[in-house]
Amino acid sequence: MSSYVLEGNTGTWEIVVGLEVHAQVVSQAKLFSGASAEYGGAPNAHVSFVDAGFPGMLPVINRECVAQAVRTGLGLQAQINLVSRFDRKNYFYADLPNGYQISQFAHPVVGTGIVEIELQDGTIKKIGITRLHLEQDAGKSMHDQHASKSVIDLNRAGVGLMEIVSEPDIRSPEEAGAYLRKIRQIVRYLGTCDGNMEEGSMRADVNVSVRKPGEAFRTRCEIKNVNSVRFVMHAVEAEAQRQIAVWESGGVVEQETRLYDPAKGETRSMRSKEDAHDYRYFPEPDLLPLVLEQEWVDSLKAALPELPDDKRRRFCEQYGITFYDAGVLTAEQTTADFYESVAKGRDAKLAANWISGDFFAALNRTGKTIETSPVSALALGQLLDLISDQTINGRIAKDVFEEMVETGASPSAIVEAKGLRQVTDTGAIDQAVTAVLAANQDKVAEYKSGKDKLFGFFVGQVMKAMAGKGNPALVNEAVKKQLG
Amino acid sequence: MSLDTATVRRIAKLARIRVDDAEVATLQTELNSILGYVEQLNEVNVDGVEPLTGGAQMAMRLREDVRTDGEIAEKILANAPDRVDHFFAVPKVVE
Amino acid sequence: MTIAEAGAALAAKKISAVELTAAHNAAIAVLNPRLNAYITATPELALTQAQAADARIAAGGAGALTGIPLAIKDLFCTAGSRTTAASNILRPFVPPYESTVTQQLLDAGAVFLGKANLDEFAMGSANITSAYGTVENPWKRNGSDAKLVPGGSSGGSAAAVAARLALGATGTDTGGSIRQPASFTGLAGIKPTYGRCSRYGIIAFSSSLDQAGPIARTVEDCAILLQAMAGFDAKDSTSAERAVPDFRAAVKGGVKGKKIGIPAEYRTDGMSPEILRLWEQGVAWLKAEGAEIREISLPHTKYGLPVYYIVAPAEASSNLARYDGVRFGARVDGEDLIDMYERTRAAGFGAEVKRRIMIGTYVLSAGYYDAYYLKAQKVRALILRDFQTAFADVDAILTPTAPSAAFGLGEKMGDPVTMYLNDVFTVPASLAGVPAMSVPAGLSAEGLPLGLQVIGKHFDEETVLSVSAALERAAGFSALPTIRAGVSA
Ligand SMILES: [Mg+2]
Ligand SMILES: [Zn+2]
Repeated sequence: MSSYVLEGNTGTWEIVVGLEVHAQVVSQAKLFSGASAEYGGAPNAHVSFVDAGFPGMLPVINRECVAQAVRTGLGLQAQINLVSRFDRKNYFYADLPNGYQISQFAHPVVGTGIVEIELQDGTIKKIGITRLHLEQDAGKSMHDQHASKSVIDLNRAGVGLMEIVSEPDIRSPEEAGAYLRKIRQIVRYLGTCDGNMEEGSMRADVNVSVRKPGEAFRTRCEIKNVNSVRFVMHAVEAEAQRQIAVWESGGVVEQETRLYDPAKGETRSMRSKEDAHDYRYFPEPDLLPLVLEQEWVDSLKAALPELPDDKRRRFCEQYGITFYDAGVLTAEQTTADFYESVAKGRDAKLAANWISGDFFAALNRTGKTIETSPVSALALGQLLDLISDQTINGRIAKDVFEEMVETGASPSAIVEAKGLRQVTDTGAIDQAVTAVLAANQDKVAEYKSGKDKLFGFFVGQVMKAMAGKGNPALVNEAVKKQLG
Repeated sequence: MSLDTATVRRIAKLARIRVDDAEVATLQTELNSILGYVEQLNEVNVDGVEPLTGGAQMAMRLREDVRTDGEIAEKILANAPDRVDHFFAVPKVVE
Repeated sequence: MTIAEAGAALAAKKISAVELTAAHNAAIAVLNPRLNAYITATPELALTQAQAADARIAAGGAGALTGIPLAIKDLFCTAGSRTTAASNILRPFVPPYESTVTQQLLDAGAVFLGKANLDEFAMGSANITSAYGTVENPWKRNGSDAKLVPGGSSGGSAAAVAARLALGATGTDTGGSIRQPASFTGLAGIKPTYGRCSRYGIIAFSSSLDQAGPIARTVEDCAILLQAMAGFDAKDSTSAERAVPDFRAAVKGGVKGKKIGIPAEYRTDGMSPEILRLWEQGVAWLKAEGAEIREISLPHTKYGLPVYYIVAPAEASSNLARYDGVRFGARVDGEDLIDMYERTRAAGFGAEVKRRIMIGTYVLSAGYYDAYYLKAQKVRALILRDFQTAFADVDAILTPTAPSAAFGLGEKMGDPVTMYLNDVFTVPASLAGVPAMSVPAGLSAEGLPLGLQVIGKHFDEETVLSVSAALERAAGFSALPTIRAGVSA
């Protein structure tokens, strides 16, 4: 594996990165209240008195949120803690109604695990998972809606979050991006988080430090709420460069919380939230210990869908496609399902080439997704059938496919309507060959005098004469025969 | 351990309670008398004792994932000292 | 008149709920200006509820509490009725929801006369920290008109019931807030097992200790009230999922053959002789009723108060963080958000509440958590273990309720700790979560009521009630407070 380093004036620097990913739990209701966990909604519509921290209101935990955390833990090959606890993290902020966030500090529901990431050069690297814990999301303060006031919407307050904490195993912006993409892929496969970073249902806190190769860890800084894979990669790079500059100018990097500014492409200190950071964690007395039955965990495990890595390996074995293609085809559950329904009972390699080739190209060109694709798995399958049963040749198939994308018509209909059936009638082929050779006496002479490469020219001319519909093999044969 | 005025101010800041100098002085005396009183816990040997975290010793019940609450914005905002439409309003926060 | 007697009279149509309520409304109008037992009286609401009760009685659907006028501690959220927790910070707060306990009382047909005064956020033992003024104890020392405190934090509830401004009242008990005021006002009061009554809708002081319970004139009345107040509630994760026994039947249980523990550690040096005498008297009464007396040991008793004064403030400092002037309650404007918080909380909270928030914040803060909070939780575990060990041998434990009779307004206010010592006998049961009751057992030399405390096993309120009832019968406590309805003060 090519190790990533940054060159400073004092030599090379290694970067050390750990991520805390906040993934919003997919559930009907909130973690501790019966209010809707749905994204959006009218201001303060998805809010109960519990979410708004009213006097005397009490939290009651949502079983499905716990199940989602356990499923995710299992997807991260992690330890599931049968006994865990909730703690209060105390701080004042306008969008934190209780003045504390209910989280899991000392005893998280999920312990250590592992995810595998794949790098550009094809190497696979294991990144350690430290823990996954459940906690409440906060509300939203908006500062631009009113001239003199900030306004608060608590719709998000109390929605379940899974905080997935990695070990400081990440050593490059590329690895950071690959890790975040992998976590996103896993939770989307499991259906435990929609991974929608635009809507903020997945955010990352990025811990960055730098060191000379072989050194112990130096002070790290936490970059809060980075909301895209690209920004995470940029933020890691920018923050690392900043810290190297600080160290090399004889300064000291101070542990602090920072923000990434995508516009400027740099990180800046968040002093505002920095003042008196003392969260005074203590066990949440309104809740009891979270005790899980091993049987329940087992039943969740049994019902787990096939995970991306397993699917990828299976695709290689079952369909004989390359590890790379399998990666492309399993990136999203929907892609994988599409591929399998096309490949079923057909030439699986051909199916792989068509989907990762012309099909994806068409989607990109038309800005469509698999869900909205004009060409269904069934239709694409029919097209492949027309190729393998010799109804059309590969050249014509591409035209038919484009027509399918345009009109959504079935391949056979297009072939019939446009008379694109492949010509396998040797009589017709011989005629065409005779005509082409007659029209090119001079070249035939050259060929006979040893200019072999003209063979291709004759085949091309015959195909052209047959509007591309000639069966390539038969045409070759006929040309060879008549040239004697 | 006994509190100095700086600590009293830091705690008041953490607790978001405004205190003037006179209050800091009284609080310092009162808090120190309380802390002095609880010092006696140091006599107790708690080696190997599991802390008692809550009032009840049982496992937690889990709620079913159904929407039973919310959609009461007007009630949620009815007691608000300041509001803008259906939002709570606070002095502008500059981040 | 007791709740049991009133219930019988209502059922026999000797009196109507409206008459009963009107009489109480009138007494409140006369005496509340002096006693200040109620922060908010709700006479019209009470009459409407009384009319409904009469209809229900006429229809034959009445229960033991139908038409019974009660005082509700102003810590229980009552839909549409202002709920203040005796704090300025909640002065304008009108809850849009009802606490589970009060809802169950309403379902039983009870009539709410108003919201009873208390120490601010239930933090106090004399009802002197209320932002709505102190409460006067209706009892007087022989030949003295000096104002005495009713105890706290449920001081308004106790004063209202003692002065006949209600037949019974709800209280909450975190470290003695039901038992100590009951003892100071010649009433019975029970703190049930933690988890027996739902905490939903009760403004939280210390979540791991708070429990609702009744204050009334007799043990039987307490049983009747507790019957309606208790029960599992899915809205409170700490509520116990178990059936509510027939408490009223338990009152008649008797103590024959019951083993009663007498903890040596409660015999503190400097305990007033009359308290000690009363305690020994109680032992003699139970023996006479056929109980078996056992000397027991609760070794960590003396550490109860220091543990309590770490755990309760720690939880309170977090529970009271929600009073920030943003979503409900009072607000004091400031230059920015933080300034607004600090001014709002400085103006909204009284001195004792600020003290406890400060202590609680400190003992949880970085570097001190282990030394204070964690240590306290470990000692709390030892206190629970003490009770579990003791209850392996005995069915109930008998102790005094408080180290003294009601004291004068202005006394014991030198420094906070002196006041805290009032709860020395009541706090251990709170920390262990076991049920405990105070029964009036006699008068001090000065003519003030004194209570005895009966502590039981987890969820064994029945034994607590039967032992308390036995003491009540033997004591035959019949003295009345100087200031009470009908007797012009
Ligand atoms: Mg974080
Ligand atoms: Zn978090």
